[in-house]
Amino acid sequence: MSSNYDDRESRFDSRFERDYDGDSRGGRGGRGGGRRMHRRKICRFCIEKTDLIDFKDVKLLQNYIPERGKIVPRRISGSCATHQRMLAEAIKRARNIALLPYAAD
Amino acid sequence: MAANRVYEVMFIIDADAPDDEVAQLSEGFQRIITDQGGTITKAEVMGKRRLAYPIGRKNEGTYILLEIEGSGSEIAELERRMRVNDRIMRYITVRVDEDRRRAEKFAAKRARKAAKRPGNQKSEPAPVAAAAPSAPAAAFDEA
Repeated sequence: MSSNYDDRESRFDSRFERDYDGDSRGGRGGRGGGRRMHRRKICRFCIEKTDLIDFKDVKLLQNYIPERGKIVPRRISGSCATHQRMLAEAIKRARNIALLPYAAD
Repeated sequence: MAANRVYEVMFIIDADAPDDEVAQLSEGFQRIITDQGGTITKAEVMGKRRLAYPIGRKNEGTYILLEIEGSGSEIAELERRMRVNDRIMRYITVRVDEDRRRAEKFAAKRARKAAKRPGNQKSEPAPVAAAAPSAPAAAFDEA
């Protein structure tokens, strides 16, 4: 029963993630209308050769949720698709057992 | 399908529960697993932690992590028991063997590549250093 509810919650979250407008981390490489300063972003996990992102690693995951509690999009963080997927999965698991907030304030 | 799967089960016990009750619960759950034919590979009490959000008016909980090896049927029983127990505020089961195997595969692949590379590099450094235009690229690689 509780798992059903949580499922819905995480789907809601992933929807949110998509229309995140980068307000909490403006500037740097955002979507400038037309011309943009293109700084090549690099995936931190690829550099560190991370193969597995653990949901228990709260300290790491916290870097990817700003105050509001949303997942930082790839567009901002620069993670590659593979690692972003692992990251999102880990964050959602951590949220489920109250290691991370679903929504802050 | 491989018979042996590895699961991580994490659950939160009400922080109001006294220490001996926590130990008792944890032991009880471990016994359930072993009775069903699973094995406990790791049992870790992560201690009292503040919850990221209140669950049932509670702001604290004791986190316990179990690593279980088994067929999967013992997980069903364990989860059923946890659902019924009032002291258990939340639990999560994650199957980790597949992900770990995948991670190992990646690591092995990288190791293979790394093993190949030194051979290539040994023959290369001289030409790279000699060719001025490509020197900055080499410096970047090292950095």
